[in-house]
Amino acid sequence: MTEPLAPPPRKDPRRRTRVPTLPPAARSRAALGLTAAAAEGRFALQVCAECGAVAWPPRDACAGCLSVQLVWRELPPGGEVLAETAIHASPDPYFRERLPWRVGTVRLDAGPSVIAHLHGDVARGARVRMAARLDRAGQGVLIALPEKDTPHMEDDPALRALTCHPRHRRVLLVDGRDAAAPAMARALRAAGAAAVWAGEAEGWRGNPARAALAEAGAAVVPLDITDSDSVARLAGEYGGRIDIVVFNARHLRPGGVMAGNGIYTREAFDVHALGLMRLARALGPAMAARAADGVNAAAAWVNILSVWALIPDPAFGAFAAAQAAALSVARSLRGDFRASGIRVMNLFAGPIDDEWHQPLPPPKLAAEALARELVRGLAEGAEEVWCGDVARDIRERWARDPKVLEREMTGGGR
Amino acid sequence: MRRPAPYDGVVLTAPVTVPYRRYSTQSAHWWIARALRGALAAAGLAPGQIDGLCLSSFTLHPDSAVGLTQHLGLSPRWLDHIPMGGASGVVALRRAARAVQAHDADIVAVVAGDTNHIDSFRNLLSSFSRFAQDAVYPYGYGGPNAVFALLTDRYMAEYGATREDFGRICIAQRQNALRYPHALMKTPLTMEAYLSARPIATPLGLFDCVMPCAGAEAFLVMREDEAARRGLRAARILATIERHNAHAADPIQLRGGWSVDAPRLWEAAGCAPGDMDLVQTYDDYPVISMMQIEDLGFCAKGEGPAFLRGRDLTVTGDFPHNTCGGQLSAGQAGAAGGHLGLVEAIRQLTAAAGPTQVPGARRALVSGFGMVNYDRGVCSAAAVLEGMA
Repeated sequence: MTEPLAPPPRKDPRRRTRVPTLPPAARSRAALGLTAAAAEGRFALQVCAECGAVAWPPRDACAGCLSVQLVWRELPPGGEVLAETAIHASPDPYFRERLPWRVGTVRLDAGPSVIAHLHGDVARGARVRMAARLDRAGQGVLIALPEKDTPHMEDDPALRALTCHPRHRRVLLVDGRDAAAPAMARALRAAGAAAVWAGEAEGWRGNPARAALAEAGAAVVPLDITDSDSVARLAGEYGGRIDIVVFNARHLRPGGVMAGNGIYTREAFDVHALGLMRLARALGPAMAARAADGVNAAAAWVNILSVWALIPDPAFGAFAAAQAAALSVARSLRGDFRASGIRVMNLFAGPIDDEWHQPLPPPKLAAEALARELVRGLAEGAEEVWCGDVARDIRERWARDPKVLEREMTGGGR
Repeated sequence: MRRPAPYDGVVLTAPVTVPYRRYSTQSAHWWIARALRGALAAAGLAPGQIDGLCLSSFTLHPDSAVGLTQHLGLSPRWLDHIPMGGASGVVALRRAARAVQAHDADIVAVVAGDTNHIDSFRNLLSSFSRFAQDAVYPYGYGGPNAVFALLTDRYMAEYGATREDFGRICIAQRQNALRYPHALMKTPLTMEAYLSARPIATPLGLFDCVMPCAGAEAFLVMREDEAARRGLRAARILATIERHNAHAADPIQLRGGWSVDAPRLWEAAGCAPGDMDLVQTYDDYPVISMMQIEDLGFCAKGEGPAFLRGRDLTVTGDFPHNTCGGQLSAGQAGAAGGHLGLVEAIRQLTAAAGPTQVPGARRALVSGFGMVNYDRGVCSAAAVLEGMA
């Protein structure tokens, strides 16, 4: 049984904040396939395209037939723990701080045996459900979870080290005016977030979502991400306490690249690309310094992006360009945060069922669905979350052939 | 498959151990030079008189055996480098013996040596193998301790072995080490101390794990008439085996490659496990010694614990095993650890073992095991040796 995670004690400012350490990060190029799968929460291993043998550890040629056609494929996650050990001695600084650390040998139903992290509720002889997750080094690892969910299982230290679960963490929701903000605040609080602060620019304008935010347990804080002073004031007051940032700011106006006079375009870039950079500069260093700060260590930076960041819908060309810029910023942010272990999660959403997408046909994404995927992504420690049918459809077509998708998106093919 | 040709006319001589040290500020080159010099001195040879060199080392980087020839001023006409860790001793013996037999070389020096700086074990681990880097170290970074803890855990569950069964192996080796002048561990080990030692990776405790150290081992391979001409006491090779990546489909390692080749080993040697006067297994962890005793035919699979319960594994016992204390008590000097049992066996069979001498030792089994590439040791090897009356 997993012990429920106790809330952290009040931080004693006289005590030294621990410097984050990372588990071993070196991997062969082949092994990064697991990282790519874990980034989306998929359990996938290499499968030989010729003889069907499942390979582990990752390799460059099939040990069954010497074929070099090995492809990463999702597999049934079942397995049995053949052996277990609790490691009490390690020369690695990251694991030394976390001893004893349990690992096991798991024989997968899919074939090979793997060495994996063990969830506290599994032991030798247990049937388990394997999951691929990212560790603090941002690399894919395997963990053996109980076959069926157990109470408080997400609080297990081995699992929590691989996720960014909101429990006992404090979240900044950047844009409290976003129509989906109350749903996200509600979902985060329900998952155990200790606090949710919702940013609000130009408070004098009023905010129709304010009552719903209060009801959801979120506190409104002044924040205008297009204003460096406002960002600095927020960082000064809350910077040392924010464990998760959810960058949900959105400036959406319809219009292609040739439409309008460019003012909306400039505003969109100011919010999505420059706003993200402004906020990262103000909050990022403090978060990186608090990445090993106990139960409520800083854990994640979430960007809610339009899936048009990958490939534009020309009818929203200016907005899509700003989104593509934001995606690029988010990817650089990953590199900047790498040494701290802070996870940068990009949640790609299809059109949301709000005023600005009013003329678009369904399926459109409900705020509740977005909120649910946000919490699930944090609980899985994912880096890429595809939210809604449109986003998943575009992701799949993008992976298959970006050029084909581009031709379809630019008219005539849909 | 034809039976391999016997090793007629080839002998092993001049066994040398350079006393181990826990840490050394010297390089692998330094350790290897001392071992080579010791073997040459034991045989009364000058460096220019050897024409073959077979080398094993983990810490020679960035050099290989090639760089060492220039470093040490050697000009061999036959050169080999065996990167097989705990199997490197027996494998080097196989290679060198065939070279001498085929007249590719007249005298081959087999040398293994490694240094141990404060951080070199950690560095060695981090660059050990691609599979370990990708699929073992990210999981707790327990090094080989964690992998062998898993094998031990499974072995205990499968065959009902207890910690006491492994403790008996370690304790007997410590008793042997008390006689061996070069052993690093010089305090007697009791069962109580073994069982209550701090855990390293459960079920393994401190005394199940070898201590990395610096050291070097060497011996010479030459023709029998050459050894006789020089008045050197020598041992001959009755048979050898070598196997890599055996039983790859086993979900976890409970047996090694010896189980594939042991029948051929004994058939070629013309004797049986019961004819051995001493046994030198590769003992990076006691469970591996247990597996070797089973897989090499001393008892059936899974019966190792019962077999050893009824026997005395000390130098003066009825089953002398790892007579110089093995790596568990002498220390693990990198690739030299894969030569420790072999060099000790040559000492035993040439009546040169001094305080650890098994009276009247005539035949010995030496076994090697190496390279935990991922979740198990990949290389296995064994040799049956006989002293020359």
